[in-house]
Amino acid sequence: MSPARAKTSYREALREALREAMQEDPRVFLMGEDVGRYGGSYAVSKGLLEEFGPDRIRDTPLSESAFVGAGIGAAMGGMRPIVEIMTVNFSLLALDQIMNNAATVHHMSGGQVSVPLVIRMATGAGRQLAAQHSHSLEGWYAHIPGLRIVTPATVEDARGMLPTALACPDPVLMFENALLYNLEAELPPDAGAVDIDRAAVRRDGETLSVITYGGSLGKCLTAADLLARDGIEAEVIDLRSLRPLDDATVLQSVRRTRRALLVDEGWRSGSLAAEISARIMEQAFYDLDAPVARVCAAEVPIPYARHLEEAALPQPETIAAAARSLVAEHV
Amino acid sequence: MSATAGAPVERTHALALLRDMIRVRRFEEKCAELYSAGRIRGFLHLYIGEEACAVGAVQALGPEDAVVATYREHGHALVRGVDPGRLMAEMFGMREGCSRGRGGSMHIFDAAARFYGGNAIVGGGLPVAVGLALADRMQGRQRVTACFFGEGAVAEGEFHESLNLAALWKLPVLFLCENNLYAMGTRIDLSQSQTDVHARAAGYRIPAAVVDGMDVLAVERAVREAAASVREGGPYLLELRTYRFRAHSMFDPELYRSKSEVIAWMARGPIVTFTARLRAQGLLEDADLESIEAEVAREIDEAVAFAEAGTPEPAADLLRDVYVEAAP
Repeated sequence: MSPARAKTSYREALREALREAMQEDPRVFLMGEDVGRYGGSYAVSKGLLEEFGPDRIRDTPLSESAFVGAGIGAAMGGMRPIVEIMTVNFSLLALDQIMNNAATVHHMSGGQVSVPLVIRMATGAGRQLAAQHSHSLEGWYAHIPGLRIVTPATVEDARGMLPTALACPDPVLMFENALLYNLEAELPPDAGAVDIDRAAVRRDGETLSVITYGGSLGKCLTAADLLARDGIEAEVIDLRSLRPLDDATVLQSVRRTRRALLVDEGWRSGSLAAEISARIMEQAFYDLDAPVARVCAAEVPIPYARHLEEAALPQPETIAAAARSLVAEHV
Repeated sequence: MSATAGAPVERTHALALLRDMIRVRRFEEKCAELYSAGRIRGFLHLYIGEEACAVGAVQALGPEDAVVATYREHGHALVRGVDPGRLMAEMFGMREGCSRGRGGSMHIFDAAARFYGGNAIVGGGLPVAVGLALADRMQGRQRVTACFFGEGAVAEGEFHESLNLAALWKLPVLFLCENNLYAMGTRIDLSQSQTDVHARAAGYRIPAAVVDGMDVLAVERAVREAAASVREGGPYLLELRTYRFRAHSMFDPELYRSKSEVIAWMARGPIVTFTARLRAQGLLEDADLESIEAEVAREIDEAVAFAEAGTPEPAADLLRDVYVEAAP
């Protein structure tokens, strides 16, 4: 009998990935608001300042545009910066740099200049933080050519996506749903880099395909357990990467189950779910037994009151209900 | 403001500065002509009148230093050593262009010359310059990143964020503000509470100076001093007072300023005044000027010929260079 392995949290997995990257490559450094002395707003970088010093764990002023732009320039200058933006909400203050520089410079320079930059940020709602602190804009960033968008939804991906993102010569935005930081799982002692462009089937099923990512994965798995009691076997797909999108894994599943339910914490209109829906229509329309269905955030600035916030977001019950109606209403 | 009138100048060096200013002027006049002929499209922002800034400043930088510029950057690119043929081919949208026809007039890049654009968002280049300097600092390299921007950028948050960060981290950034008085059509005193741009630096404890941007020798000297200060200890802000003789872009009817104002500034033009001064000092003969003009004309003819012989990139290659690494 092997001894029980200690569990690792999503937060610890990220920290371990940061630590390993810093140890292995002197070009890697972390900068952002409160990443040093405070230990990171979500305590991801706690202890790293003591280990690596203020030159490589850089506290920045509240100047999102300047420190994201500095990350871009440092990447152009031969470093491998990791920029932490405290939350996606504040990334809007750096949108000019992300969109007009990070995403464009390689193309605009005819391939001469590249931006090997990783930008990490917390995302998502569900903590009663109200409209300005509850955005889920990863699908929106996935609209932009030149960027790669990853959404680690498991402890293993929290541990493994960062090294791959750092090895990537292009800018990678990593969205960490804030509700996941305390998620725990056993990690093998040799846990390390994972790919950042493939979707993963997190639960096998035959009745329908539930396609999701990030903070909604856990809700979808819970919903799948609810559905299983009624004999509905949901296959749950974790997109993992929102750009590029792994069409092949999605379509392979949908062609088999013939039903697709998309679950997205972003708003419904113009959402990533809309894009995936369109791709399914374009490539697997005649394989479907029912129209593609979606569970997305309600079209409202996320409200503070708990019951209203819950009503605004996808929940296991609403996901299960949408799945049941998708299965029941069509032959 | 420092002035250099009457100061001694070495002839070869003076002629090199004059030649560079004339190169920039004639190159841009050719661009305007080609724009009217429909060979260059998109936006075209001419630098005519401001040549002393780029020529004097780049002269004072070393080949290892980096340059970050704006969308009015043909002159900076030329004097930094970007090949004129590749520069013109870029404006023609050709594959042989320095950015493979992907950037055009506003996005000139040349990694070999450490010329990092060509940034067309006002203020957007400043944070990138801070990052280039940070990379140098962290890798122990004694290099300067020279960042050009207009006075319009001073109203942007990115200016203030970047000055603060560069000062806080003592980064080797040389902030070069080309103050041509107009942010597109809005005069500086109608848009900024403090019209002395260099005075902004004090709020960030950054050393600063102002120089006559129409005097190439004064610019060169000021940038040399500023760059030395940057190499020693951190950022520096130099304000270069200059004036744009032409419209903001090819679409600008110039309703916001008077002809007489433009004419008064043209009398102070960097080429006309430097030429007169060198003549007065006996350093420039008609033959010198003729030879410079002939040499420059030949260079521009060759650049245009190179661009005209260029090949449009096949549309099949449209998606190249969006990513370094193609997704599987």
